[in-house]
Amino acid sequence: MKRFAFLLLVAIALPVSAKPINFALPDETAQFKPGPNLEVVQGNCGACHSADYVQTQPIGPKFKKDFWQAEVIKMIKVYGAPIDEKDVPAIVDYLATTY
Amino acid sequence: MIHRRTLMTASSALALGASPLRALADTIKLPFENGERPIVKYPQKRPMIGLTQRPPQLETPFSVFNEGVLTPNDAFFVRYHLANIPFDDIDPDTWTIEIKGAVDKPLKLKLADLKRLPAIDLVAVNQCSGNSRGFSEPRVAGGQLANGAMGNARWHGVPLKAVLDQAGVKAGAKQVAYEGFDGPVIDKTPKFVKALDIDHARDGEVMIAWQMNGADLPVLNGFPVRMIVPGWYGTYWMKHLNEVTVLDKEYDGFWMKGAYRIPDTENAMIEPGTAPKATVPINRFNVRSFITSVADGTSVKAGQTTLKGIAFDGGSGIKAVDVSADDGKSWVAAKLGQDLGKYSFREWTLPVTLAAGAHALKVRATANDGKVQPDKPGWNPPGYMRNVIESVRVTAA
Repeated sequence: MKRFAFLLLVAIALPVSAKPINFALPDETAQFKPGPNLEVVQGNCGACHSADYVQTQPIGPKFKKDFWQAEVIKMIKVYGAPIDEKDVPAIVDYLATTY
Repeated sequence: MIHRRTLMTASSALALGASPLRALADTIKLPFENGERPIVKYPQKRPMIGLTQRPPQLETPFSVFNEGVLTPNDAFFVRYHLANIPFDDIDPDTWTIEIKGAVDKPLKLKLADLKRLPAIDLVAVNQCSGNSRGFSEPRVAGGQLANGAMGNARWHGVPLKAVLDQAGVKAGAKQVAYEGFDGPVIDKTPKFVKALDIDHARDGEVMIAWQMNGADLPVLNGFPVRMIVPGWYGTYWMKHLNEVTVLDKEYDGFWMKGAYRIPDTENAMIEPGTAPKATVPINRFNVRSFITSVADGTSVKAGQTTLKGIAFDGGSGIKAVDVSADDGKSWVAAKLGQDLGKYSFREWTLPVTLAAGAHALKVRATANDGKVQPDKPGWNPPGYMRNVIESVRVTAA
């Protein structure tokens, strides 16, 4: 009870005025699935977004090489991802075979 | 170049006293293929459906919409585009919104300056352009959301008009472009900037808000201030607003000219699997309605039960909601609840009697502008603006 009263006093004594907020996102846990060229994918795709951006995309026969090729090209051309041209086939291969 | 801060944010969250990721053991299966999602806990939020972690995207569990017509702040959906979000730098005391461009007197407004202007309150739905994208058929790339990327809140702030008037918009102004403090991870990624026509920006309803539902905005919903664009898709509702630029021409950046475009057709839809001939920036919501009191695939008690739900459109208001308990063969008008304004969710209720057995319940809203939800889903390449009549299958026993 004493401890409670002490905490209450501290709370009252805190300044009312705002200050830089103390806010942080939880630790990232999403991971790319194991697959060919995994480290190329982690280094390139993972620089800008978490692995769940890939994981949650539609799956099935229509969402293989052509689908992922278009996505990777979009990341380069539209969002300016600095992906080496030679890495593109490796990334597309990983995405098409792993997801 | 990769901004170091973003990488550090991901790895040092614990050190800063953030709640560690409680990967709640739970998952949820959204009703489309590959719809498994974790239930996640973020600061200031109740357990939400996790879509992505960096940048964060959280979907509202649909049961929340049955709790009331206003969506609680701790359950409101979260959508970011770019992952360089320096949360540590947010200081409401020093936060500054710059008003510049084609104005007589450029301004740097603090929150206290905003709060000295006459404030307004407005209840309005915010809905992500890609809400319900996961139901697109054929499926399309993008955030695979069910129906929980929407929410309704009472927003408190000042009309953007008041701020623009203070700065003095020059004759010949065409648009207002605006952005927030979150940015891209690499310099070549286009910064997230949106634009509205000058007349729209000065309509007295587009507002800069610092409160929702009577409390400060949650950090993940744009603290300390965000843009409110009633009736228009969430892409225009800029979070962490810090810059407003009046332009004497149309803004031509990527997020207006290259993204968030819809087919230039009557209902923004085209033949599935085809490409649009012409596109325009996405704008007003179409009309939608949902049953919230019973979930698809569940059981209800046979006999009389009261169905409940919500309806909304892009600002003409809801004229009528009709409900079918026989898979669309016959329809009965529901009773509309309290009117919180033309941009708000409108509650509806209807007592029905369900005999033992399977039932397909449907709900169909009609807006004051005469628009009615369609029987069949439309389609467009980005998976925007789904508004088909929703069905809920239940078994009465």
